[in-house]
Amino acid sequence: MRKTRWGSKLYMGLIFAFLYAPILVLIVFSFNESKSRALFTGFTFKWYEQLFQNELIMTSLFNSLLMALCSSLIAVIMGTMAAVGINRMGKKSKAAIMNVTYLPVLNPEIVTGISMMLLFVWFKNVFQIPLGFGTVLIAHVTFCLPYVILNVLPKFRQMDQNLFEAALDLGCTPLQAFFKVVIPQIMPGIVSGFMMAFTFSLDDFVVTYFTAGNGFQMLPTTIYSMVRKKVNPQINALSTIIFLIVLALLIVMNVVEAKRAKKVEKPL
Amino acid sequence: MKSNKSIFASVPYLIWMAIFILVPLGMVLVFAFTSREGGFTFDNILGIGKYARVFLKSINLSVIATLICLVLAFPIAYMMSKMSEVAQRTVLMLLMLPMWMSFLLRTYAWMTLLEREGLINKFLGLFGIGPFTMINTQGAVVLGMVYNFLPFMIMPLHSIMVKIDKSVIEAAQDLGANGFHVLVRVLIPLSLPGIITGITMVFVPSVSTFIISRMLGGGKNILIGDLIEQQFLGSVYNPNVGSAMSLVLMVIILIIMGIINHFDDEEMEGMLI
Repeated sequence: MRKTRWGSKLYMGLIFAFLYAPILVLIVFSFNESKSRALFTGFTFKWYEQLFQNELIMTSLFNSLLMALCSSLIAVIMGTMAAVGINRMGKKSKAAIMNVTYLPVLNPEIVTGISMMLLFVWFKNVFQIPLGFGTVLIAHVTFCLPYVILNVLPKFRQMDQNLFEAALDLGCTPLQAFFKVVIPQIMPGIVSGFMMAFTFSLDDFVVTYFTAGNGFQMLPTTIYSMVRKKVNPQINALSTIIFLIVLALLIVMNVVEAKRAKKVEKPL
Repeated sequence: MKSNKSIFASVPYLIWMAIFILVPLGMVLVFAFTSREGGFTFDNILGIGKYARVFLKSINLSVIATLICLVLAFPIAYMMSKMSEVAQRTVLMLLMLPMWMSFLLRTYAWMTLLEREGLINKFLGLFGIGPFTMINTQGAVVLGMVYNFLPFMIMPLHSIMVKIDKSVIEAAQDLGANGFHVLVRVLIPLSLPGIITGITMVFVPSVSTFIISRMLGGGKNILIGDLIEQQFLGSVYNPNVGSAMSLVLMVIILIIMGIINHFDDEEMEGMLI
């Protein structure tokens, strides 16, 4: 018994070493004096300084954050409205709509990317709408919507359907009842949908790559063009910063989650 | 009356979905069967025969990567399912952490490790071994797929395994099943839905990738994704051929998923009997 436990700990350790070793190497070499990626020649912060002075990266970062905020907000509003309607639909039309909703989730990203590119190139040729912020925004909203709906819809099912009617009986208008009674009930779904949409938008490379056209840069597309030029320790510095931010966010989320779990337990 | 009204709330989404999901996919279909001049043709689809080797290589490498992920992930998911809730949450968080970094950066990390002048070769050199050519090989591409998508296999497996009643396993053991039998007769059949989700979540991004093959495979190991990318953003701009390739890619995925789901049905029937 003890033997197997020791073995499983070792195995898990090896898997985590496999997952983290490459990232650790990136981080270590972000402080390397020379451009070598194999020999550590001395400690420096100069790649970080260069990174923050790199206007292209800073603009792309700004674009990516703005895009993530806009697309996830639009997706959350439209997706929640969609969930309200889908929840009330008959079985057949619900099934048909959910099948189409799953399409962007199941389709390979590259197919989503090129299919939208076809549409946007057509837009460009017919309506003179150039590819750029607008087309990327449309694309991001489109692939974020399914995640919002998939997060919000179950909350509607869990909700007591009589609550809305009760609010109406107590004198609310339907709109008041929706905002004061229904929204707080489905809020956890909305929040997790928003977070998923935000991170997917921030992290997306493939769809952005095909729909951004020339000249409009987001962080992942900039990283891609940097990576193709190979040796550039600024990428290591950027990876380190992203890693630390993600680590901090995950820790905060976990602590909040753990506290919430405790709070739920206590009244019981 | 009220219920009819609230259905209208989904109208903006339905319109959006029609224009930005269905119309683009329809365009892929139309482009795949039209020539550059706009006439109906089968040439795009038939022309893909030339690239049969690339298609086979893509399927081959991504199947290998998916199997490796499954074999690596299964024990991890099982171990996790036996941990305390807090430990499970921590392990899940640690698994997700690398996933939240751009996969470009994760793949770049391997690029620097596998190079001829890279850290692994330098390290082996200390013992007088190597240097090996690791970058720009098929193995490097498979490694990149496994590295990037392994958590996609662990997560669905874990979420199904926590639901398995552990007393079923104990019952099997009490009835004389050895470790192998418990695995094959009990654990694998019960976690089949998770296995299938995991296979889908690893296979689909692997077979359609163009970044991993480009960064770790060099010019020699191009995959379906690279072919498609070249038709849309490369030097050989030809959206008609690119659409035909995308269509074939979708069909390949549908067929393979069909086979796997069929396997699921059979297994279930077998269990009922």
